[in-house]
Parts: sequence; C-alpha cells; structure tokens
Amino acid sequence: MDIGVPKEAADTRVAATPKTVEGLLKLGYSVLVERGAGAAAAFDDQQYLDAGAQGVDAAAAWGADLVLTVNAPTPAQLDLVKRGAILFSFLFPRQNDGVADQYAARGITALSMDMVPRTSRAQALDALSAFANISGYRAVVEAAHAFGRFFTGQVTAAGKVPPARVLVAGTGVAGLAAIGAANAMGAVVSATDVRPETAEQVESMGAKFLHVASDQGVSSDGYAKEASADYAARAAALYAEQAPVTDIIITTAAIPGRPSPKLITADMVASMKNGSVIVDLAAQGGGNCELTRPGESYVTDNGVTIIGWTDLASRLPGQSSQLYGTNLVNALGLMTPEKDGVAVVDFDDEVIRTMTLSRDGEVTYPPPPVQVAAVPAPVQEAAKEVAVAPPKPPRPWWHQVLAVGLGSLAMIAALTFAPSGLVGLFGIFVVAVVVGYYVVWNVTHALHTPLMSVTNAISGIIIVGAMTQLASDNWTVKIIAFIAVLIASINVFGGFTVTARMLNMFRKA
Amino acid sequence: MLSNFIDATYIAAGLMFILALAGLSKHESAKKGNAFGIMGMVFALVATNFAIAYTDYANHNLQVDAAIMLYAALGIGAVIGIWRARKVEMTGMPELIALLHSFVGAAAVLVGFNVYLDSPNADMFHTIEVYLGVFIGAVTFTGSIVAWGKLNGRFASKPLTLPGRHWLNLGIVFALVLLGVWFVVSHSIIPLIIATVLSLLLGIHLVAAIGGADMPVVVSMLNSYSGWAAAFSGFMLDMSVLVITGALVGASGAILSYIMCKAMNRSFISVILGGFGDDSSGVVAGEDGEHREMSTTEVAELLADAKSCIIVPGYGMAVAQAQYPVAELTEALQARGCHVRFGIHPVAGRLPGHMNVLLAEAHVPYDIVEEMDEINGDFPATDVVLVIGANDTVNPAAEEPGLPISGMPVLKVWEAGTVVVFKRSMSAGYAGVQNPLFFKENTVMCFGDAKASVSAINAALPQAALTA
Repeated sequence: MDIGVPKEAADTRVAATPKTVEGLLKLGYSVLVERGAGAAAAFDDQQYLDAGAQGVDAAAAWGADLVLTVNAPTPAQLDLVKRGAILFSFLFPRQNDGVADQYAARGITALSMDMVPRTSRAQALDALSAFANISGYRAVVEAAHAFGRFFTGQVTAAGKVPPARVLVAGTGVAGLAAIGAANAMGAVVSATDVRPETAEQVESMGAKFLHVASDQGVSSDGYAKEASADYAARAAALYAEQAPVTDIIITTAAIPGRPSPKLITADMVASMKNGSVIVDLAAQGGGNCELTRPGESYVTDNGVTIIGWTDLASRLPGQSSQLYGTNLVNALGLMTPEKDGVAVVDFDDEVIRTMTLSRDGEVTYPPPPVQVAAVPAPVQEAAKEVAVAPPKPPRPWWHQVLAVGLGSLAMIAALTFAPSGLVGLFGIFVVAVVVGYYVVWNVTHALHTPLMSVTNAISGIIIVGAMTQLASDNWTVKIIAFIAVLIASINVFGGFTVTARMLNMFRKA
Repeated sequence: MLSNFIDATYIAAGLMFILALAGLSKHESAKKGNAFGIMGMVFALVATNFAIAYTDYANHNLQVDAAIMLYAALGIGAVIGIWRARKVEMTGMPELIALLHSFVGAAAVLVGFNVYLDSPNADMFHTIEVYLGVFIGAVTFTGSIVAWGKLNGRFASKPLTLPGRHWLNLGIVFALVLLGVWFVVSHSIIPLIIATVLSLLLGIHLVAAIGGADMPVVVSMLNSYSGWAAAFSGFMLDMSVLVITGALVGASGAILSYIMCKAMNRSFISVILGGFGDDSSGVVAGEDGEHREMSTTEVAELLADAKSCIIVPGYGMAVAQAQYPVAELTEALQARGCHVRFGIHPVAGRLPGHMNVLLAEAHVPYDIVEEMDEINGDFPATDVVLVIGANDTVNPAAEEPGLPISGMPVLKVWEAGTVVVFKRSMSAGYAGVQNPLFFKENTVMCFGDAKASVSAINAALPQAALTA
C-alpha cells in the first residue's frame, strides 16, 4: 500500500521525516511525500528521496491508500482523499461533535492520534505526550526571550545578579519538561499540582514542590464538591502569595475538551513585577490565566508579558515531526503485523479500536471503554483504598514504658536470687547487645555477606570454652571437648579466611 | 593476678570484635575490620591457652595429653577451615556460611553437655543455662544443616508444610519447658538428652518449613542464633568473652534479619514461622499475554546503540555462574561509552549481599553497583535494562494488592526504554506469581542459559560495532 505524506496547510510540522520514512519502508509500505512537505521543518526533498520516498504533488499525496497528517484536513484537502483510504491525524473528536460522521460519510477509515489510550502498551504511540514535552521546553525558551534578564544568578565585578524565579503550575509531561529546561538554564524553579503525588517527580527534576495547604478532614466524608471549592481557594492563596515574588509563571493545567481552569487571576497579574512573564500552555482551552489571549503575546499595563501561543510544539518543527513520525511508525507497526505493507484495522486490538473514529462507512466513535489490565489505573485505585483505610490507632505511649518497667522489675527479681558472678556477666551481656545493635545498623548492603562470615568466625569464640574443658580430668569430657575445639576451629580459621578472600575481591573503579 | 590478666585480655578481645563489626560496615574499612577480628581471636586463644598452662604448671600438674589434643584439634580444624574457605566457589558462599553456623551450634551443644558432665549437681541457675544453651545450640545445628541442604539442592527448596505445623512447634516448645523443669529438679541426664533430640527436630522442622527464596533471612537468623548459643555457653562457663561476643553476634544477626525482612515487606515472625505463600492460595493471577523474543545478536545490536544500561542480576545469575561474562560485557559496554551500572535488590540471591560478592569476584568495581533505593529513580532515564536471572524482584505485580509478593519493594525496571529479560523459560518466579513484566510492550525475552546468552552477546558486540 502507498502512504501519502502531504504538506501541512498552516503548520511547520510534517507527519514523516526522512528517518521515519525508513521505518515506514521497513513495514513494507511505499511512501509518497508531497514536494516541499518538510521544508518548514528543515527536511529538504532530496533527504526524503535518499531515504527511499517518492516526491509527488499534493493530489497524489492526499490520494494515497494511507494518509498521514498532523492537522485535520481542510474540506478542500478532504476532497482529494479517496474512498476506502485510511487517515491518521489529530481529529479531536471529543472537542468537535460530528467529526466521525463526516469521515464515515466519505468512506474514510479515520484514526485520531489524540484518542490513543493511556495504557503502557500504547505509550509508543502517545503523540500528545511527545508534543507536550516539546511545548514545555519551548515555553521556557519563549519566556527567556521575553524576560529581559538572566535565568542564572551571577556574581560579577559589576555586582550580583539574582537568579530568575520560575513557577510551573501543573506538572504533567509539559510541566516537567518546563521544570527541566528552566532548571538547566539556572533558574530557581518551584512547581505545584493538584496531585501531591507528583511531588517526587518534581523534586527529581530539580524543582521545589509547593504543597497546597491541605485539610484532611474535609475530603474523606463525602463533601467532595465543597472540598474542591475549598481546595481551589487554598490553591488560589498559594498562587497569590507566589505571584509577586515570581519572575516567570508557566501554566500547563489543560483539560482536554474542556475550558482550562483559571489559576492566575487579573489581580495576581497586577501584583507581579514589571518585566515578569507568563507563558500559558493551556491557551488552547482559554488559558489558565484570566488575561491570556489565545494565540497572542502581549504586554499588560503593568509590564507583564503574557504569552498565549497555541503552536509551541510547531515552533520546534524538526523534533516535533521526528517524534510524531515515530509515533505514527509505531501505530502502523501495530496495524501491520506481517510487515507486508498491508494495514489491518483490527478491532481486537484495543489501541487501534480506541483510535478509530470510522471504518468502512460506519461511525465507530465513541469507542468502548478501555480495559486497562495490570497497568497504573487499578494500582492507583488500590493505593487510594489503602490510604483511606483508617490506620491502626497508635498505642498510648505509656504502654511501652509500662512494658519496659515490668520487664525490668522481673529481671531485677530474677537476678537478685542469682549467683553474684552471673549478675556481672548479665550486665556485660546487656551492654554487648546494645553495642551490637548500634554497630550493625549502618552496614552497607554490599557487605552483608562478609559481615556475616566475619560474625560467624567471631562466634567461633566458643572454642575458648571448649579449650578450658580440655583440661578436665574426665576423659568423656576431654573427648567431647576435643571434638568441640576441632569444629569450632574450622569455624574460626575458615570464617576469617573466607572473609579476607571476599574483601580482597571488592575494588573501586 | 592471673584472673585479672585473663579478664583484661577478654575485654580487649571483645573491643576488637566490636571494631571488627564496625569496620565491616564500610568498604574502606572492611579489611581493617577483618584484621581486628583476627587479632581479637588470637588474643583470646593465646591468653586462654596460657592461663590453662600456667595454672597446671603452678599446680605441678602439666597435662601433656590435653595439650597435644588441643594443638591437634586446632591444627586439623585450621587445615580443614582454610582449605574449605579457599576452595569454595563464590556462588557456594551461602552453603559454606550455613554449614559454619551449624558448627557453632554443634560446639555449643557439646560444651553444654561437658559442663553438665563436669558438675552434674550445679546450682539452679547454671542448670538452666546449660539447658538453654543446649537447646539453642541444637536448634542452630540442625537448622543450619537443613539450610545448607536447601541451598545446595540436597533438600527440596520448597517449604515443607506439615498439617498443623504451628501446633507441632508449639507442642515441642511445651514439651521442652516440661523437660526443663524435670532437668532442673532432678539433675538427671535423661531429660537433657530427650530435650536435645527434640531441639534437633525443632531445628529441622523450623527451617524445612521455610522456602528457598527466604534463605537470606534464615541464614542471618541462624547467624543470630549461633551468637546466642555462644553467649549462653559464656554464662555456663562464667567467661565474659563468650558473653560479649555471643551477644554482639546475636544482636547483629537479628538486625540483619530485620533489615532483610523489611526489604521484602514481610514480618519477621511470618518468615521464621515459614511457609511462604500459604496465605494466598491459588494466586497465579496476573495477565497472560504475548511476549516478544530477541536473539542474542539482536540484543547485542540494541546494546551497541545504548547510551546507558542497568544490569539487574538475580539468583539465576549465580546458578548459571554468569558473573564473569557479565563483567566482560560491562567492560565492553563501558569501552563503547555506555554508562553501565548494576541494580541490586536487597534480597536478590540466597544470602544478603550475595550478588555483590559475585560481582566483586568477577572484578566489577563496587562503586557502579547500586542499591535498589539509589537506582530506582534512574530507570526512566535508562535506555536498556538487562534482567539476568531475576524475577520476583522485578515484578510489577508487587504493586498490586492480593498477591504473595504484594507490597514488596521492587526494582522498577519497566520504566526504562527497553528491558531484556534473560530467562530459561516463561515459568513463574519463586513466589508462583506470573510476571506481567514479560508481557510489557518494552520488554523482550532472551531465552537460554544466562551464561551462554551473555557470552554470545559478548561475541556479537564487536560485529554490531562495525555494522552500526
């Protein structure tokens, strides 16, 4: 089958790069690339030809058996697509009602890349995450461009420059990418998210996680709505507190198909310093900032630049195209198990099933809910259940004190009637137990085996006891003692030797 | 004066043993620690020998026969011990250590009987000490023998689950208490012998009920027991050095066992009482699915392109003796500029730290061998993970409830780019839980003997360099 890669009408990206063309050819397809398709992403036609694609005109590219695009085709382009063709694109069926009917009516099998389910198996197809990653990086670059100062702090002969303070709101893929990029440029980065469990990821990227003050009692007894309203108020307090001291705010809290939550109010923007920058990655859905103008960048009256670009991923077209192209190769890999260049829309494969909006003139949207097998979702549920289960009430503190007290009394009573030699020995015993307890706590895991063999050798000290018994006049005792000395000495000599042997093996690079 | 000299020497020896344990806690000071241990032992032996000889000399009663027996026993023991210690394969280390524990146990039993035979009518406290010392020594002795047999495959590694085994243990303990009362009251040897036999049986039964995968805990637990046995011998003989050393070893072994148990997220009691997995009947849940296979040549190609690689070894590497080819592979990859590290699960292998010893034997530098907590965050940024003979320790199912391994912290290898699992077949791991890792999209299986597979990759790697 032929794969057509047309030139995007209003986007710098392209659905296949010379490198992904090779992947498509490996699956057995022949690839028709519209001339100039990769020009905006710095892939020239010759590179495509070298990779094994054919250069064609727009009509041929749109008229192929399979068509790969980034953006949904315009009506004019759609007229070029033949009946029975398979189309891969971002069609956003959840946001645009009736898209599926449109393709079904034309007999086109349409697969939408934004419908890829979030299962671990489908990760290799997840173009939204790939684009989010790029957007997050680019957001920092845009912010740095608009911000009239260094990101990193410096101490120069001409004085000290403080580092820029960056706040990232929403720590999904885009947010984490932004944290990484801002951190790499030397800014002081903090981040927050409604999911406190992302704190660990945030910290691993080198940022500080700001926790929204929580009130545990509220959420557990069913006042979910009020709780969330209450939560929003507390989150707003956090943003209001941060806004005046932050130089750059990057918001990434987008909910697919719904208006973005308003996190940054006009008042907060007004409280920011002159020269500050807000980059709103959720501009597509209206923006996380009340003052965001989608697709636009402007400066407010108090000198805050608000960037509402909706095409951040297209601003790194080379990388975006490469990652998206690879997602498409992986998607086609699922559909071409035989690698013979024949795509099969197999509805038993839940990834393919979920992505497909229409097949053979039939609308197949919405798909059945994905049965997420042993992947994150149920685990998270389980984790929640565990969290909700009431912890065992801790025993009152005096229980322990009482137990120790009674134990000590019993010991004192027993020792009072014991021979005096025993009492002294017992004291030594107790101290030695405590010393052993503290000495061993900090052992490196790697040394557990040598430690065990050395304690083993040391416990061969019982040989000393057997030695004294050898001096007995009783021959039975003598012979038993002889055996005891013998086996204990195997222990002593063997234990130390083997420990030394092991320790000699450990070396540093 | 003589007794002061002896006591002072024993205090010095005890101090050196403490320094030995402290030294063994870090790589830098480990050799020093072993030297301290040897020095302490030499002090204790020489001083004891001198004290006996001097007392006999002062009494004009030199016991030449006893001296000959002493040096003969020491000599024979030294030869056997050093010979075994030099000969043992590093993969056989767990067995050797278990066997050595049994010697301490046996010696404690013998010393206990001697104390009784020397003075059968001692006071109540000494009688109780003898009884307890023999009991714990006997349990250590047979328990260690069974652990040794399970580790080297002489006994089945599956847990032995007799019906009502907890009641059986309880019955034995109850009988032992009654026998103890009889012994203390009558000073007769009959209850002591019966109690010894029962203790030996208890030791066998206790360890037989514990599965092979729990052996790291069992071995360190027996280590602890052998310490307590030595400590009780010290009480019987009024020798402070035995008490100090025994208590040190007992406490340290107990802590080690506790650390192991925490690493497996299991309670100490449940491991000691044994029977891994019997509280989760019919648990072979987990999804079945399709797995992908990869030949060694393809794995070599994959590795040739990798920038970073983490190797996760398990007991399978020890069984296949694959540590040398793995070390070769590490060097080859490092030479290609790949960042290679090792991720070690705390309970990988059959002995705490077993994997570290094996890798050290193959000259893998210890500073690229990381612990689970150190390395778990790095998997997402890693291109390739090689899982060599590990299964339960990399099972993502541990994050789900209701399985025998639930809640056990595992190495999150599946977060890496590609996971290559070296395995002989698709069978489940020790815990009997199917491993969903094998069916993940980014997992490939490389079937075959781990040693042969890794060697084949080593051979294929330079070729991959030419074609890449």
